[in-house]
Amino acid sequence: MAEFFYMGGYAAFVWPSYGLAALVFIGVIWQSVTDLRAQKRLVDKLETRRRDRKPEGGA
Amino acid sequence: MLTASQRLQAFANPTRFMALSGRLVAPLGVLTAVVMAAGLYFALFASPPDYQQGETVRIMYIHVPSAWLSLFVYSVMAVSSGVALVFRHPIADVCAKAAAPIGAAFTFLALVTGSLWGEPMWGTWWVWDARLTSVLILFFIYLGYMALRATIDDPHAATRPAAVLALVGFVNVPIIHYSVNWWNTLHQPASVFRMDGPTVASSMLVPLMTLAIGFTLFFFVMLLVRMRAEVLRRRVRAMSLRRAEG
Amino acid sequence: MGRAIAALIARDLRLAVRAGGGGGMAVFFFLITVSVVAVGVGPNLSLLAQIAPGILWVALLLSSLLTLERLFQADLEDGTLDLLAMGPLPLEVIAAAKAFSHWLTTGLPLLVAAPLLGLLLNLPVNVFPPLILSMAIGTPALSFLGAIGAALTVGVRRGGLLASLLVVPFYVPVLIFGVGAADEAISGAPPGVMMQALSFLGAVTLASLVIGPVAAAAGLRAALK
Repeated sequence: MAEFFYMGGYAAFVWPSYGLAALVFIGVIWQSVTDLRAQKRLVDKLETRRRDRKPEGGA
Repeated sequence: MLTASQRLQAFANPTRFMALSGRLVAPLGVLTAVVMAAGLYFALFASPPDYQQGETVRIMYIHVPSAWLSLFVYSVMAVSSGVALVFRHPIADVCAKAAAPIGAAFTFLALVTGSLWGEPMWGTWWVWDARLTSVLILFFIYLGYMALRATIDDPHAATRPAAVLALVGFVNVPIIHYSVNWWNTLHQPASVFRMDGPTVASSMLVPLMTLAIGFTLFFFVMLLVRMRAEVLRRRVRAMSLRRAEG
Repeated sequence: MGRAIAALIARDLRLAVRAGGGGGMAVFFFLITVSVVAVGVGPNLSLLAQIAPGILWVALLLSSLLTLERLFQADLEDGTLDLLAMGPLPLEVIAAAKAFSHWLTTGLPLLVAAPLLGLLLNLPVNVFPPLILSMAIGTPALSFLGAIGAALTVGVRRGGLLASLLVVPFYVPVLIFGVGAADEAISGAPPGVMMQALSFLGAVTLASLVIGPVAAAAGLRAALK
């Protein structure tokens, strides 16, 4: 196991590569998903507000 | 101003897109996770170290798929920009906009992993090697595209300029690559830095291909998610504008 | 049509002369940049001589960016561009004419100033001809590619800075082949490098003469709507 993490002496180069790749993946996922959620919330808010207003205006 | 039918079409397409993409994201996401897990297993456990590069070859399993994505994503951007420009297809414009940050992120990853691979192989963090240099310039083009998008608030006003920029970049990337290649051979004998390294052994091919497919799938899943967010953002914008108008 | 183009160019030249700034400012910036680099690198004349072509090309490239913002913006703001677009000339031709006047008022003065600045940098005598030739061939590409950036950012606040950021990556081939032409004389690059660099540079310029106006016109159309 220690040998696996040692990476033939190149641990300082191999693991940061994989670590950064993980960061990029997580970063892209996090940013995209939070943005999608935020937009969904905004759409819901605007639509409920419009539905609330409609009966008053229609009557 | 848009005619009634154009407005209808512009509304209908994103609606159909939202319905379709909503069904696609989850299964595609699961598939991506499976392929990525298999790829990482091959890359870290089930492949031998290279006889010349030792364990550093494992950096290549990240580096090469990232570099592939940096070019592939740009091609996706260029094609959808062309469609957005010629056919005025709103989803194509959304696609180009959503793809750019993913492309930039993987171009950045390709640059840094290239640097991390270069230090043990060449003894320096950065060489003005033909490939590193042209990928760096591609990164600048991505950033420029994103900056242009960010400065124009109205998404419809941004469509044309952004599409033109993406297409001009698409024409220029091969020219830039060629010029940098020429410049590189002029200043450094090609034999000093061997970028290609040893011929790719079949033991490397399995992790490389699996991860390349995994990265590409990941791009498509994230592209769908980002496009959905962008469609909703435009809907929010249209709705609040309509409310503001009264 | 020829007369309309000539009138357009003449008008731009008159404006550039009357409004001042323009080319004069670019040349001033060119001079300042070269001097600052020389001060930064140090007074070692042999080192300066060696990197002079690179310094001169980079400074020239940056100076030509300075005046990009003016290329279409003033005409869009006062409505001239709308009038021109309604006129008989296609927008592509208008963009080409304006890029050409940009070259006349910016590229050409920089080209004239370059040899003098070469003297400041101890540029060897035999490097002058290839370097000037490369600048003569390459500077039109800077104006025509620059027109793309100027057109895409014409409606944007602080568009000048953004235009520079968008355009500089596309300048890279011009820079490489431009400096490359002087390399044979400077550092003993293989013979034929100069001719090769100049012909590639010519190809890049020709391509930009086509791509520039087409892309710039597409950008302007978006701004005019």
